[in-house]
Amino acid sequence: MFKLKPMQILFKRDRRTGDFVFAVIFLLFSILLLSQLNEQVHWSKRGKFIAQPGFWPAVSLTGMTFFAFFHLIGSILSERIYGRIKEIGLWLRSLEYAGWFLLYVWLVPQVGYLPMTLIFMPLLLFRLGYRDLKMFGLASFIGFLIVLVFKTFLEVKIPGGELYEYLPGSIRSFMILNF
Amino acid sequence: MDVLLSAFDILFRWDVLFALLIGSIGGVLIGAIPGVGAAVAIAILLPATFSLEPIVGLTLLLGIYGSSMYGGSIPAILINTPGTAVNALTTYDGYPMTQQGEGRRALSLAYSASFFGGILSVICLMLFAPVLAKVAPYFGSREVFMAALLGIVLVVFAHRGQTLATGMLACFGIFINSIGLEPIAYTKRYTFEQSWLSSGIDLIVVVLGLFALSQAFLLLVEKNNSPKATPLKGGLFQGLKELWVYKRVASVSASFGILMGMIPGVGEFTAQFMSYTYAQKNSKTPELFGKGSPEGLVASEAANNAVPAAAMIPLLALGIPGEALTAMMLSVFYVHNVIPGPQLFLNEMDFVMALYIALLLLNGMVLIFLMFSTNFILKIIQIPTRFLGVVILTLSFVGVYSLRNSITDCAVAAGFGVFGLILKRLNLPIVAIILGMVLGGIMEVKLRSSMARVTTPLDFIDRPISAAIFGIIVLVIVLHTRSVIKEYCGHK
Repeated sequence: MFKLKPMQILFKRDRRTGDFVFAVIFLLFSILLLSQLNEQVHWSKRGKFIAQPGFWPAVSLTGMTFFAFFHLIGSILSERIYGRIKEIGLWLRSLEYAGWFLLYVWLVPQVGYLPMTLIFMPLLLFRLGYRDLKMFGLASFIGFLIVLVFKTFLEVKIPGGELYEYLPGSIRSFMILNF
Repeated sequence: MDVLLSAFDILFRWDVLFALLIGSIGGVLIGAIPGVGAAVAIAILLPATFSLEPIVGLTLLLGIYGSSMYGGSIPAILINTPGTAVNALTTYDGYPMTQQGEGRRALSLAYSASFFGGILSVICLMLFAPVLAKVAPYFGSREVFMAALLGIVLVVFAHRGQTLATGMLACFGIFINSIGLEPIAYTKRYTFEQSWLSSGIDLIVVVLGLFALSQAFLLLVEKNNSPKATPLKGGLFQGLKELWVYKRVASVSASFGILMGMIPGVGEFTAQFMSYTYAQKNSKTPELFGKGSPEGLVASEAANNAVPAAAMIPLLALGIPGEALTAMMLSVFYVHNVIPGPQLFLNEMDFVMALYIALLLLNGMVLIFLMFSTNFILKIIQIPTRFLGVVILTLSFVGVYSLRNSITDCAVAAGFGVFGLILKRLNLPIVAIILGMVLGGIMEVKLRSSMARVTTPLDFIDRPISAAIFGIIVLVIVLHTRSVIKEYCGHK
């Protein structure tokens, strides 16, 4: 007869809410990738197996599937932790901020690094519920410092904004170079 | 002696010292803010250091790496919130001491123990360097392959209670590294006919996503929190004297830190656990542990601060990072065409020494800074977490976008950011992915280069060092399996 308790002991591990959902998705993801092995890698007719281009993807995906399978078994055998939907809701909420980030990335080459940063930081703070002018001022100041340190002093590769093209000559090159 | 003089020559330049100073102070501040940590800061700064000279970039990152744990002890002791994950054990005794009105004493002891651990570790390494220089040349492709494999095995088994998940994520890391054009026949692997996948997924993009963006997202979606801490009155020098009382605990703990730091994949947590257990077993007042024991505090802080310098050993001598931060530093080496490994020890010993001296100096700088600025740091700790999330998000842009000015990179990083958030919420080890990527790459290259000399699998272990490493791998697996079976039988 199948005894649950000893199996729970064998697969005992630290768990948190949402673990089961993650385990299912990761196993499906691993199986999907493994099923694509022959299409997505080249197997040459000659040469040792360990020298094949597909050797490392094969090893890693087999390992992923193997561990993901037992991870899921462990999750199924463990006692249920409630609050799964709420947890997944939190994961999904992070997509909004990923969107904010990508919007910022997309707008910087158009508006310019300094102006976009000065707009982005207070705007995101507003979205987060801040209404204090002091915080907006602080955010703008920190944004300015970030641009000053990275673009002006460390000269990291961030292109000047397309809007800078409309500035008068000397200011335009100054802005493109420094901000 | 010539090596030392040459090392001083490399180090004592205004730009290098300035980078070290900024890194050290920045590291303390970053470490002190709960929710940031050295990994986030190093991930963000990494691309910016590519334009600097290797020694300048590395000392900046070393400064952050070596000093963040000092800063992390401040909120751990005063507000029961560890600044960095490795300061979690510090809260056990540090915070109860604060509750008993001994916050100043606890901080002072923590700084002193950290300083002692850091300094002892660097001195040991400097003395150990000539031995390493002699041993390192015996590490050929097979040995480095075995050492990288050992690193993966140790990472997986060091995460007790998470072994399966760690294995899964380490394999995922190895898989990510294999995406794109493979280096020998230039055939595509898992590109799904997408041109942006042909060049593979950049380690820095993954690092920034998993560490920096995920942390920003986490701070933005979780409840806002603004920790409150009461300013301290009086000096913090008494701990330097008091540490003498606990010299035995401090020395043993630092030694554990050095030993565990040298082993890839093990690191601070194991070192702390071992030193804390040792301190409790040998204490005259074991009942005080967890309730405000100065010995527990010393054990925890001396052990974790001894690790960073020791973790540089496998990185510099073999090119094998033991944890996420050294994995990030490895990319700085590669970008500047400085290849860590046996040749670095043979040909550029002065460079290695310069890094060790930098670690020695940073411990001094940090101690002095902390003695006079703890109350200032307390103000920084109180920054609301959501505000911090906005700052990290803005800073992450610099890290990802400045790499190749690619929006695709940013989208990939954002994807890994969401994935990292899920892993953090589930308390699954992100570090396994990074180590899988780095060590997987090393294993692939070394396996290929050793194939000319290998006809059967046994040829891999026909040399003493590779055989010894293989023996350790088998031993680790056997011991882990034995402990699982023992636990299972004990509960049945």
